[in-house]
Amino acid sequence: MTTISIDRVSRWFGNVVAVNDISMQIGPGVTGLLGPNGAGKSTLIHMMSGFLPPSTGRVDIDGVPVWKNQQAYRQIGLVPEREAMYDFLTGHEFVLANAELHGLPDPGAAARRALATVEMEYAQDRKVTTYSKGMKQRVKMASALVHEPSVLMLDEPFNGMDPRQRMHLMELLRRFGAEGRTVLFSSHILEEVEQLARHIEVVVAGRHAASGDFHKIRRLMTSRPHQYLVRSSDDRALAAALIADTSTAGIEFDPREQALRIQAVDFYRFAELVPRVAKEAGIRLLTVSPQDESLESVFSYLVTSA
Amino acid sequence: MNLTVARLTARGLLGRRRGLLLLAVPGLLLVLSVVIRVSVGQDESTTVDVLGTLALGTLVPLLGLIAGTGAIGPEIDDGSIIYLLAKPLPRWKIITTKLLVSFGCTVVFGAIPTYLAGVILFGNFEGVAVAYGIAALCAGAAYSAIFLLLGVVTRHAVVVGLLYSLVWESVIGSFVTGAKTLSVQQWALAVARQIADPGVITSAVHLPTAVPLLVVVTLAAGALAAARLSRLTLTGEQ
Repeated sequence: MTTISIDRVSRWFGNVVAVNDISMQIGPGVTGLLGPNGAGKSTLIHMMSGFLPPSTGRVDIDGVPVWKNQQAYRQIGLVPEREAMYDFLTGHEFVLANAELHGLPDPGAAARRALATVEMEYAQDRKVTTYSKGMKQRVKMASALVHEPSVLMLDEPFNGMDPRQRMHLMELLRRFGAEGRTVLFSSHILEEVEQLARHIEVVVAGRHAASGDFHKIRRLMTSRPHQYLVRSSDDRALAAALIADTSTAGIEFDPREQALRIQAVDFYRFAELVPRVAKEAGIRLLTVSPQDESLESVFSYLVTSA
Repeated sequence: MNLTVARLTARGLLGRRRGLLLLAVPGLLLVLSVVIRVSVGQDESTTVDVLGTLALGTLVPLLGLIAGTGAIGPEIDDGSIIYLLAKPLPRWKIITTKLLVSFGCTVVFGAIPTYLAGVILFGNFEGVAVAYGIAALCAGAAYSAIFLLLGVVTRHAVVVGLLYSLVWESVIGSFVTGAKTLSVQQWALAVARQIADPGVITSAVHLPTAVPLLVVVTLAAGALAAARLSRLTLTGEQ
């Protein structure tokens, strides 16, 4: 059980503040580090993996600073975002070299095990240069797993993967999380985080915008855009009346559900609007239910309000 | 010394086009030596000229530049160095290993061809071939360390290295005598002068100055490179 702790950390490059006074604790299980490109996710991961000192604050793993502490890498498995590897090696040679560099007692067996975990045995004797992006990603993953670390950090791991590879990697990460490892991955794609991580840390423009369980974060934000499913005695008349108000952004008639899908941008105003409009037009409301549990709305809300 | 690091470094250095380049440069020297020996014959001053200017003055610094910067520069540039650094492995060990590999390259492709060129040109007379061979060995160590340091410190290591060896050692050195005191080439020549028969080889620096400078520069450059590597940061989104 390993905990990464980030305590009032800032990092600036010249005049540019990449990470601004962030504190968070990342414990066992899968955590998603979510934010748009340029939000400071990579900077955070670089600090957590000992490749960048914080300008102020502390980054520790189980209470020990990571910066200039090479022993920390016994615990850390790192999957960097950049693609460059030792391209002139075969996949097997690359993972084996990583096992040797860790000083493992039986690097050969460790490499075989890691390659089996990521299901890359079939291509392990091909040169890395011949690999597709997804294959490279899996070999990088194997190299990070080879010493069975308690912490796994992945910077944008799903970039360039096809859906099958993506699902496979998600399964793997879920498994590691369930095994009690601390798994942290960054992503700017909301669906990825939503599918994989219950716990998310949202970073927007270098600031810590939100933290915690995805649903809990949602509940905190009442003025975010909401999706509603509404059924009534006269859907089209209701839609016409609702769209006239500024609290709705869009209304769609869903023929399969026989209902309206309404995008509301102003929660309080919309909540007051629906019953009033219905009453005035003599329409009976049959269903009013919030639909939208996707991370997309949380995220775009955070981005625009940050 | 770490064998895995050594293997990766050597394969990176010798693989692809750089390996051919490393072979071509000494090959050229040997071919040229044969041509000169055939056309000019066995001549002491020609031998000293060729070994001093071509071998020690051009071949060895060039090799040091290719091997020294090539042993680490590309890995830092493309970011693959992260796989060496994210390991419980002291950074000085990585540097020492890379330094040894680079030095090995200058021995195989620099010092030995220099000795062979000397033998082709002048036989084993007056200790000239051995003297230049050992001088090339010493210079190779110093150049490797200096250029490895450059490879860690700057992305423009090759340009800076070329400026040092071409502008400082060759051009400025020939006009400003003082500049020669700070020239790896002159330090190595001081070693060569000591080994060859008296009066054959000249150097602007005396041996008691040259040897400590060679040792200090090599060790200091290696130590600095290790210190710099242990503080290496990755360029993220900025």
